[in-house]
Amino acid sequence: MAQHRVVVVGGGLAGLASTMKLAELGVQVDLLSLTPVKRSHSVCAQGGINSCNDQTRQLGDDEWKHFDDTVYGGDFLNHQPPVKEMAFWAPKVIDLMDRLGVPFNRTGEGFIDRRRFGGTLYKRTAFAGATTGQQLLYALDEQVRRQESQGRVNKYEFWDFLGPMLDESGRCRGVVAQDMVSMEMRAFPADAVVVATGGCGLVYGRSTMSVFCTGSASSRCFQAGANYGNGEFIQVHPTAIPGSDKLRLMSESARGEGGRVWVPKKPQDMRTPRDIPEAERYYFLEERYPEYGNLVPRDIATREIFDICVNDGLSIDRERMSVYLDLTHIPKAELDRKLGGILEIYEKFQGVDPRLEPMRIFPAVHYSMGGLWADYAKNADGGLLAGAPQNHMTSIEGLYAIGECDYHYHGANRLGANSLLSCIFTGLFTGSSILNFAKDQSSGHADVPSSLKDAAIKTQQDRHNQLLNGDSNNDENPYLIHQELGDVMTRVATVVRRNDQLTEAIGKVNDLHERAMRVSLSDTGNWSNQNVIFAKSVQDMFPIAKTILQGALQRDECRGAHYKPDFEKPSLTAEDPVERRHQAEKWCDDFAENNRKYLKSTVASWTTGQAMPSLAYEEVDTSLIPPRPRLYGLVGAEVIEQVWSERAAVASGEATVAAS
Amino acid sequence: MIALEPSQKRPEFINVRVRRQDGPGMEPYWEHHKLAYEPELNVISLLQRIAAQAKNTEGKRVPPVSWDCGCLEEVCGSCTMQINGRVRQSCSALVDRLLADNPEEVVLEPMNKFPVVRDLVVDRQRLFRGLERVKAWVPVDSYYNMGSGERQLRATQEQNYPLSQCMSCGCCADACPQYQKVEVTRNPGESAEAFEERKLEAYDEAFVGPHAISQAMLFNNHPTGKALASERMDAMMGPGGIQACGNAQNCVAVCPKEIPLTTSIARAGRAATVHMVKKWFEK
Repeated sequence: MAQHRVVVVGGGLAGLASTMKLAELGVQVDLLSLTPVKRSHSVCAQGGINSCNDQTRQLGDDEWKHFDDTVYGGDFLNHQPPVKEMAFWAPKVIDLMDRLGVPFNRTGEGFIDRRRFGGTLYKRTAFAGATTGQQLLYALDEQVRRQESQGRVNKYEFWDFLGPMLDESGRCRGVVAQDMVSMEMRAFPADAVVVATGGCGLVYGRSTMSVFCTGSASSRCFQAGANYGNGEFIQVHPTAIPGSDKLRLMSESARGEGGRVWVPKKPQDMRTPRDIPEAERYYFLEERYPEYGNLVPRDIATREIFDICVNDGLSIDRERMSVYLDLTHIPKAELDRKLGGILEIYEKFQGVDPRLEPMRIFPAVHYSMGGLWADYAKNADGGLLAGAPQNHMTSIEGLYAIGECDYHYHGANRLGANSLLSCIFTGLFTGSSILNFAKDQSSGHADVPSSLKDAAIKTQQDRHNQLLNGDSNNDENPYLIHQELGDVMTRVATVVRRNDQLTEAIGKVNDLHERAMRVSLSDTGNWSNQNVIFAKSVQDMFPIAKTILQGALQRDECRGAHYKPDFEKPSLTAEDPVERRHQAEKWCDDFAENNRKYLKSTVASWTTGQAMPSLAYEEVDTSLIPPRPRLYGLVGAEVIEQVWSERAAVASGEATVAAS
Repeated sequence: MIALEPSQKRPEFINVRVRRQDGPGMEPYWEHHKLAYEPELNVISLLQRIAAQAKNTEGKRVPPVSWDCGCLEEVCGSCTMQINGRVRQSCSALVDRLLADNPEEVVLEPMNKFPVVRDLVVDRQRLFRGLERVKAWVPVDSYYNMGSGERQLRATQEQNYPLSQCMSCGCCADACPQYQKVEVTRNPGESAEAFEERKLEAYDEAFVGPHAISQAMLFNNHPTGKALASERMDAMMGPGGIQACGNAQNCVAVCPKEIPLTTSIARAGRAATVHMVKKWFEK
């Protein structure tokens, strides 16, 4: 059997899980990363990883409910077969990570301890202190090092992926990448390529993401012809610590462990938080959402915090918007054991001990639900068909996308502690699919003609040289362009979106894009030139930024993280039961009509030379769980729910009759 | 908060002195930058502002300073450098605190014990090679679903977790008097592969470092990881192993994660004695 060779781009959880699995299957892997893989952005994930477990099962939980919570939390924009498969794999993924040595927190008896996270009523989340992502990543990093020591993996760290290498038929035959130290470019021929390059938070300037998360790798695939799905769905995390270089995450686990969010009832009350008595504090999440309390899903928590500061004027500080996240009622020893890592971060960066004084937090861009469009094959049970070559293949044949950079699993809003799961799951699950694809090909990595490699390198070398020695009239500074882009995006495409602002922003971003193509570099050398690498990534942020804006503009509805107040569905206002029922009927009619129009994935494509993406819409596979209204906290929710369930019962009755 | 109290006199400018080096084997030189004071900055923001400004104190256009960074929240280890003479992460180095100690200037230098790639960027591959030398992994049979791992007492988890937070930043090695710099340069005409091999050989002869010893102890304390305990001990008893440690205790003093490195080294020392006696009897 011929030796198969696969290039994996990105060494976070998804990329490492993929590398490890492919190596086990006997595939030779070239692993490319901007950074030593152990330093990938996955280290920043704090809270945990979800699966139903022996304890929750006995309370009525199962894999199906995890699946249901995920699609309900995602406002039904998730294609359901991949989510179902992931939920059923989840307990096995955690078992594997346990075997690999992840130091999950333990109960007194030695079982894996669990905590509760947003958007569910069960304690599904396994965790390792408050550095779960780091611990999971290290376990995979260790296994990949083990595979490397046995010669199955070659790591190329500090290499920048410049683009996929496509043959005449449009099939991906490898990649071109650049050594960030020597600036040498090289073609890496492969039977298949896996892109696992994470999110695009830096399009927003500052976010909770690491500096590597520019989205440029996805963008380079997008510009090469891969479609991009649901770009407008960007999760804004409700709780981050504002900073001038970065908005540092304050994990949802702080609320999972009992953290309470509040503001003083008196606007800008100058007293220290400890001196403000209970009665003068407004625990707005607990009051507005009695069932979920502080653990409402992220999009809702974010909007409420935003609303309380911007519209109600109750921000702690008028200048720097923030609310309190309070842990001071929890014993110090318990906090240290369960949240030590994140509390240290707060203390280190703010100089205040959160065990003694409530933290000040505000929402920040955190996760890209959207990403490269990826295919899948369904099995008879409605899950994924194991080993099918099209699982997670992008619209470019032979190019796969996994982890945060694909558009699956999280729909319009991701639930906490589901991302680590989706990353590891996609890495493991796609191994056999990729191998089968490689086996099916009549020509492989060894047959890639040198003409193809040379041409691909030349394209990139020309771009590089152009940037270094281009037009002497160029005078734009890439760092300043990046700041401006971030400012525009943060203002119009985060928590609240309005069509007039989006339209205006598209014009501005277009101007910025043109300016970004005229950058002048202060470093024109060819040794470890970070300036040119950054300039390229800034230029490549624009196709993604425009896809986010255009997608948001065209989607006239509220769904998950995408919130347009002009299209918000009203609460029920009538007191009279008959009228209330009538309003609920109307509400449900509108809901069904809206779904007919907008329960669709946005699929963007990019053509070279074009200034804007073209958008198309794709039906969402909701074959397993019919969409239902997401009603957290809406007035009249119970009546709407009743009307909806009556209609659903009738519909399923009709379906049964039709089937028999 | 961390900003200087308004009552204290806030400086108008922040002076930053950076030790730059254009490439391996080249002469280092100092460069001065002057930035308008802002409250609540860290060293990362200083370097970002220097890059955006693109000019030194004399107003001369200069290439931006090269440096490594990643998470900016002290969990990835990328942005490690010498700041005012102390090795640490630049993201968690708060400028107001640095100015409180030394209002005159902030001094940035690359790490001492690793070859400079450019400016503040160093090559820390040797740290990861150290992890490979001590086989810092759990030797599982496969990555298939085989059920859960062994049950573990909370006490064991609480012993292992702190060690497992090591982010391979290299502070411990940089501060260690026994960890000597190893810099291998490519010979003319030498292939990339031959150079790589020669470099790794040189790393393998030198001190493995406190971080790697600690990781070896972590995996020796894991139910499945301990299957390789004997091989790890062999690796650590060879040249560049634990006997190289001079017990200066600098490692534990500079570790940003407060990992009990000297405890790990002491445990490794005791384990080595037991291992040696056992081997002697097995002869």
